[in-house]
Amino acid sequence: MIDREQQVLDRIDRARRRAPKVREERITLSHGSGGKATHTLIEAVFLDAFRNRMLEPLEDAARLRVGAARLALTTDSYVVSPLFFPGGDIGDLAVNGTVNDLAVSGAVPLYLTAGFILEEGFPVADLVRIVASMRAAAEAAGVHIVTGDTKVVQRGKADGCYVNTSGVGLIANGVELGAALAKPGDAILVSGPIGEHGVTIMLARGELDIDADLASDTAAVNGLVATLLAATPGVHALRDATRGGVATILNEVAKAAQVSVVVDEGAVPVKAEVRGACELLGIDPLYVACEGRFVAVVDGAEVDTALAALRAHPLGEQAAVIGRVTEAPAGLVLLNTAFGGTRIVDLLVGDPLPRIC
Amino acid sequence: MRFVDEFRDADKARALSAKIASLCEPGRHYKFMEVCGGHTHTIYKHGLEDYLPETIELVHGPGCPVCVIPMGRVDDAIHIASQPGVLMTSFGDMMRVPGGNGNFFDSNAEGTNIRMVYSPLDALKLARANPDQHVVFMAIGFETTAPSTAMTVLRAAAEDVRNFSVFCNHVTIIPAIKAILDSPDLRLDGFIGPGHVSTIIGCRPYEFIARDYRKPVVVAGFEPLDILQSIYMLLRQLDAGRAEVENQYSRVVPWNGNTVALRAINETMQLRPYFEWRGLGFISHSALRVRQSYAAFDAERLFDLPGVRVADPKACQCGEVLKGVLKPWECKVFGTACTPETPIGTCMVSPEGACAAYYNFGRFSRRRVTEVSIG
Repeated sequence: MIDREQQVLDRIDRARRRAPKVREERITLSHGSGGKATHTLIEAVFLDAFRNRMLEPLEDAARLRVGAARLALTTDSYVVSPLFFPGGDIGDLAVNGTVNDLAVSGAVPLYLTAGFILEEGFPVADLVRIVASMRAAAEAAGVHIVTGDTKVVQRGKADGCYVNTSGVGLIANGVELGAALAKPGDAILVSGPIGEHGVTIMLARGELDIDADLASDTAAVNGLVATLLAATPGVHALRDATRGGVATILNEVAKAAQVSVVVDEGAVPVKAEVRGACELLGIDPLYVACEGRFVAVVDGAEVDTALAALRAHPLGEQAAVIGRVTEAPAGLVLLNTAFGGTRIVDLLVGDPLPRIC
Repeated sequence: MRFVDEFRDADKARALSAKIASLCEPGRHYKFMEVCGGHTHTIYKHGLEDYLPETIELVHGPGCPVCVIPMGRVDDAIHIASQPGVLMTSFGDMMRVPGGNGNFFDSNAEGTNIRMVYSPLDALKLARANPDQHVVFMAIGFETTAPSTAMTVLRAAAEDVRNFSVFCNHVTIIPAIKAILDSPDLRLDGFIGPGHVSTIIGCRPYEFIARDYRKPVVVAGFEPLDILQSIYMLLRQLDAGRAEVENQYSRVVPWNGNTVALRAINETMQLRPYFEWRGLGFISHSALRVRQSYAAFDAERLFDLPGVRVADPKACQCGEVLKGVLKPWECKVFGTACTPETPIGTCMVSPEGACAAYYNFGRFSRRRVTEVSIG
């Protein structure tokens, strides 16, 4: 029976390697959730159309060579609802998100652009508030917002305010990061407790009647990344754990490097408030978005140095080693549950759907 | 975290695991069915089978509310949602259940407004906030969720909310269990009884299983230790030659159920003569509809439904999986044509569906993983 089961598993593995195809006739919300549908859309539509060597790795930022310099370039749009939430707003999110995409690519973030799509009737006072927090976030991260764009659309054609930011940064000589560089023996670290941003936003929507003392973790991590890279030459990959959470990142690592990632559930730092809300809603904190945390894949021999470097920084005080990279089963993320069992951690299909009973 | 971590203690699990192993008769193969999809989810999510000897096989039962909704009912819901001025609401699990012509997400991309709510009371709140729209709540689930639908209908009536109705798809668990017991394909040694259904109906309704079919039943909680302990209790009954209904989940389940909730169901709903279950076919007296006295809140009476019966796709073996006759991976389309991204059958949709649980959490060979020695 085991052999027959294994044959089925092998067949599924082959099916999963097939080129992705968008089957839907129209875009659904699942295409934006950061899970499998998003991956399919990106690979089957965007990558297929734009394919080039710099886009292909599908990392957080593209790495470009201009003369002797190595640049990182990235862009991100922000459509968060509500616009203002405990711990931040769409403004600092837009700056930190792009700064972080550059930082985890190994770059020192330098310059940002800012594009605004505003809905007719949007309060100017709210816009001023958003822009002020963008300025504060840029100052904190040490970047400048150097160009921008404004569009206004009719009432009902957008939801208040959308922000797009792009950014460039400079990659220092000798810094080589990429999910494909993960290798057996590496350790997996997270820079702090996970899931606070996602749960904060869900609660801030006010649909759930759950009160918790939680704030978004939105923060620029470029300082923390610099500290880590300075102390640890053996950092192989960094990823910020935004949409899709830590689980999605680990799947991307397992797939890109064709290795297995084994995570110890009990070692993953999660605040009690986040765990509680996730238990009630039937979602797994591993899939919940963070906006100021990253996952680091570090040479196993340097794990203590890396952990000490992270913990010495105020943003990384609760950093933890959560797992390791092994050879097989390649492409899969396994979780040793706190209960003592083992299971898979797969990519999400769509938004985390709450269980009903 | 209190009230959670105590029930996931690995040391206690190891101790129970040893006791379970010691009760297993050498050479005997045990088959226990966990009726409820919530149990299936827990078993896979925590990797509980790692604690069981290979001679104990857990068979996944029909207690997954989303899994048993036939395609025709999804189409009916989309038909209601397509009427002008209708705002349809449902639990999140329903959103990806395929009908004859796509799911709720697809339907929304075509222009309907079907929203996810966490409780029927939220749907009623939406009705009050949108007086120019008619808000329909698509009610699904066993006796677990029926009381909240019933309470919402009672409240809507008390507050005279005129733009709210329920599309009732509530089903009852006992006829489904009986259908499985009478099915010739399956030999079971006992049942892990559904915990949350039992908070409403109590433990008495299962007594016929012990009395007439001589199978032990242990009503179980939803944390992994609850399930391990229930398996131990089942084995103890078998070892002593007993067949009884026992309550492992006594911290939540009263033996006689919740009479207030039962009264609310009975006040607003009545048994249908028959209802189609996905994969299982028509089962008599197995579902609830809104009573005539609350007709103003019954979407089935307010809207003209096509009510077309849509046959399941030929390749789909959800029925066999729901009855526990097939393991998820034994289905011909499992994981290839039918995946959580593009499900053919409902068992692949809900997190409580056996196929989704196995695909998302258990899709690896335990033996092979043990060989490469993790942990």
